[in-house]
Amino acid sequence: MPAKVVVLGGGVGGTLVANLLAKELGRDGKVSVVDPTGMHHYQPGYLYVALGQANGRWLVRDERTLLRREVDLVIEQATKVDPEKGLVHLERGGTLEYDYLVFATGARLVPDQVPGLRQGSYEFYSLEGAQRLREALRRFRGGRLLVGIAGVPYKCPPAPVEFVFMVEEYLRRRGIRDRSEVTLLSPLNRAFTIESASKVIQPIMEQRGIKLVTFFNVEEVDPSAGTVSSLEGEKLEYDLLVLVPPHRGQQVVIDSGLGDASGWLPTDRFTLQVEGQDRIFAIGDATNLPISKSGSTAHFEAPVVASRIASLVRGTAPNENYGGRVMCFLETGNRKATVLRFDYEHPPAPPQPNLIWHSAKWLFNRLYWETVPQGRLPEKLPMPVPTGRSES
Amino acid sequence: MSMQVAKTLDLKGLSCPLPIVKTAQAIKELASGELLEALATDPGSVADFKAWCSSTGNELVEQTEQDGVYRFVIRKK
Repeated sequence: MPAKVVVLGGGVGGTLVANLLAKELGRDGKVSVVDPTGMHHYQPGYLYVALGQANGRWLVRDERTLLRREVDLVIEQATKVDPEKGLVHLERGGTLEYDYLVFATGARLVPDQVPGLRQGSYEFYSLEGAQRLREALRRFRGGRLLVGIAGVPYKCPPAPVEFVFMVEEYLRRRGIRDRSEVTLLSPLNRAFTIESASKVIQPIMEQRGIKLVTFFNVEEVDPSAGTVSSLEGEKLEYDLLVLVPPHRGQQVVIDSGLGDASGWLPTDRFTLQVEGQDRIFAIGDATNLPISKSGSTAHFEAPVVASRIASLVRGTAPNENYGGRVMCFLETGNRKATVLRFDYEHPPAPPQPNLIWHSAKWLFNRLYWETVPQGRLPEKLPMPVPTGRSES
Repeated sequence: MSMQVAKTLDLKGLSCPLPIVKTAQAIKELASGELLEALATDPGSVADFKAWCSSTGNELVEQTEQDGVYRFVIRKK
């Protein structure tokens, strides 16, 4: 009997883990992916949609076309996992048995956690949100543009910083930069959580006249007054407000009794096993690991989980561990970008932004569909060991 | 001097900026002059708590470290 592996979620992590396992196990395994929409989104592209540099069609593909033929795709919402019986319950009443289960369910946006957020602000963390923001930017004739995050953790930590740089450039091209004020709201006393990255980013913000408001943890938005206020007691007026909505884990995680209070899965940082569960793994945004929620994280975690499950199926000791590796590009506008590469042991040492990393991100955006989901991108990318003290 | 802590926040295992965000949320519930105790394991939180307190006007009355756990006591302004 082939081992039954069920992967919940058809994003970057779920698709890659399914393809790697199907290839590795051959006839020894039957791999199924369960996804509520059957459509795969390249989420880093939302940023370009919001700024009118890409259209939505480029960002979405049929998940079936990205999976190996022998992988089953079940287009349905998983509602509950029963770890005792090894069963996944589906919305229409069916069930799927598993020997091994992978949660690659990602994160969901919960804008209603912040009063006024839905009515008073825009976001680029969903395709619809990015399209709405694009229209709002087209209508924008200058004024106060505020950008921030309305809750942590959130996906792709560099994205709000990338957005302020790119929108600043966008306003200049439109000829309305002199009539606009661009401000980044930060929950900390610096532009970015990672200190070494802040040191690269902040001087560029200054050069470009982008204001930084520190220790601004968003509490509520008042759409009729056009203000946003912070837990620290500050209130700012805006003409256009862009806020990353708060994130939570998926309902299936909560309803299965496996998640923490926010729906994230307590996960072993090395083995990626869900704590207390021998046959359940988690990757990507779904985990509670204190690392970036990003496609890059899922991309590096997927081969570890695939290898560990393959070992378990074959009755050998799993020996691959996840070392906390993440790699994120950070666009700074003007056709320049830097890169953040780090792992559990090494904080990033981002280079000064340049055309090379901008081109690398551009290339990655274009190659994504043909490489990442299939596991065709070389896993051992060049990664010089960064220097510097461990930073939060 | 014995201090009556009104609320204790367990921020162990959380990484930046979560400790600051949770502290900012928790201190809203306190009355002026009450003490909040925060326990964190993120080494970056030492500098962050100090800067956050001086920026917000809340007073960092105590800061200690034992076995990798940082303890902050903050008096709400």
